[in-house]
Amino acid sequence: MSTAKHHHTLDWAAIRADFPILNQKVHGKPLVYLDNAATSQKPLAVMDALRHYYERDNSNVHRGIHELSNRATAGFEAARERTARFLNARAAEEIVFTRGTTESINLVAHSWAGTHLKAGDKILLTEMEHHSNIVPWQLIAERVGAKLLYVPVTGDEGLLDLSRFDKLLKDGVKLFAVTHISNTLGTVNPVADLCRRARERGIVTLVDAAQSAGHCPVDVQTIGCDFLAMSGHKICGPTGIGVLYGRRDRLEEMAPYQGGGEMISHVGFFKTEWNVIPHKFEAGTPDISGAIGLHAAMDYLDKIGRAAIFEHDCELAAYAYERLASLGGIRLFGPKTNHAGLVSFLLDDVHAHDVVTFADRLGVALRGGHHCNQPLMHKLGVESTARASFYFYNTRAEVDRLIEVIGEIRKFFSPKT
Amino acid sequence: MFEDLNDLYQQVILDHSRSPRNFKKLDGANRVAHGHNPLCGDRITVYLHLDGDVISDISFEGSGCAISKASASVMTTTLKGKTIAEAQKMFAQFRQLVTTDKPDGEDIGKLAVFAGVHKFPARVKCAILAWHALVSALEGRPCMVTTEENPTAPKS
Ligand SMILES: Cc1ncc(COP(=O)(O)O)c(C=O)c1O
Repeated sequence: MSTAKHHHTLDWAAIRADFPILNQKVHGKPLVYLDNAATSQKPLAVMDALRHYYERDNSNVHRGIHELSNRATAGFEAARERTARFLNARAAEEIVFTRGTTESINLVAHSWAGTHLKAGDKILLTEMEHHSNIVPWQLIAERVGAKLLYVPVTGDEGLLDLSRFDKLLKDGVKLFAVTHISNTLGTVNPVADLCRRARERGIVTLVDAAQSAGHCPVDVQTIGCDFLAMSGHKICGPTGIGVLYGRRDRLEEMAPYQGGGEMISHVGFFKTEWNVIPHKFEAGTPDISGAIGLHAAMDYLDKIGRAAIFEHDCELAAYAYERLASLGGIRLFGPKTNHAGLVSFLLDDVHAHDVVTFADRLGVALRGGHHCNQPLMHKLGVESTARASFYFYNTRAEVDRLIEVIGEIRKFFSPKT
Repeated sequence: MFEDLNDLYQQVILDHSRSPRNFKKLDGANRVAHGHNPLCGDRITVYLHLDGDVISDISFEGSGCAISKASASVMTTTLKGKTIAEAQKMFAQFRQLVTTDKPDGEDIGKLAVFAGVHKFPARVKCAILAWHALVSALEGRPCMVTTEENPTAPKS
């Protein structure tokens, strides 16, 4: 990341004050929350929106004709329009609300792949995918007799090995799914270029934007993907709400996902007509308050600006990477330059699990484990890593604290002579 | 300063995790079982030599955090020469020790160093992993037995 051009116009300390949860002690120490890749904290604006909705507008959507139902419906559909703007979709109809990234991917696997793939077809993934962008494809591949292929990862520096990408694409691939930002390595993949190369061969593309949507500008038209999946809870929104973007023509050609209310236009005892998109994919009462909270989160993020957020996150991660590297006796994962706002590492002398337990008692929330990337871990020859993941409310002082805590951990675990 | 941490990572535990005892494959083992904690990736293989119902030899291999390694190591030193019934009883006592703050009164010797684990609920699985593998090995549960290596299949 080049200059700090946004920083002088933004008061990061004031922004941090929007997150009351950060202002507390855990185990008697000031909380340093560095597990943002798992989930983000929520600003007051989002909690206020939820509260307002439940205090004033709560009702079911699309079915009532009374005032509260109108308000709930208007709020829910406004959230859809906001999301379309957030992702620069062409129309609100291209936005389907789901429970999160996982459900969005399962929806595509079920409703698109389940009806468009046949025995012998291939699905191309990458070795750095989250389990939620692997397992749904395994399930559908098994059902229809399709095969999975993987774009390899180069090693600890965690880049996609694209030398054989075009060759891989040639081989009967019908669908290509790739993560925008890796939750374990921090790699930022060139998704626009990859999707273009896939599209040129008529291959349908899906981008997992769980780690990118709230961290950097994401524009589905620039990326040129057919589908994009994201989670509300990772971008300052509530848990339980997520988004599937789908190009209109793709959504139109898809089978429904679940059956029930909302997704139908006419039901007979034996035959039913589906509702139009996106409602066709939203059976049952949706997470109305979740969508309304998500709307508030998107407003909040875009007021700060996702370009500024990305710059801030990347700077913190680069600083953390540099300080960790200078400690020595540490294995760092992910690209040395241009990695997103997270750092995965392994100390030579202390297991990741012990690092995370110890750091927690000193107030620092890290993540340790396989980060839902077991095949990747296996490839890198590790069982788990420790991960610090940043967001715009984190500070350099918190990175310094992390380094200090790692020093204490090392001291504690080193043999006393 | 780190009261709970000192309870969890007692010197004995740190010592066993750095230099685990009986940390090898056991030639001539007649029971083997594999324990895996899918949450953190820890893997432990326990090897037994059973003479009738006596554990005449025991060892382990694998990789994991300080707690899971030390637990496996201390377990092997405690169980050598014990009967199956004694081992099973110790497992029950050990489990109670690491999951509650009310150990059941009886002296369980060196295993007592794991008393601090109960304050770290996320780490209970690490402490118990080797014991789960042990119980599978004792019961000769075929699905848990590794197949690649030479120990003979369990006779059930
Ligand atoms: C890259 C990536 N994809 C998918 C997911 C799954 O998101 P969710 O659990 O919100 O469905 C995550 C969350 O950890 C992720 O990091």
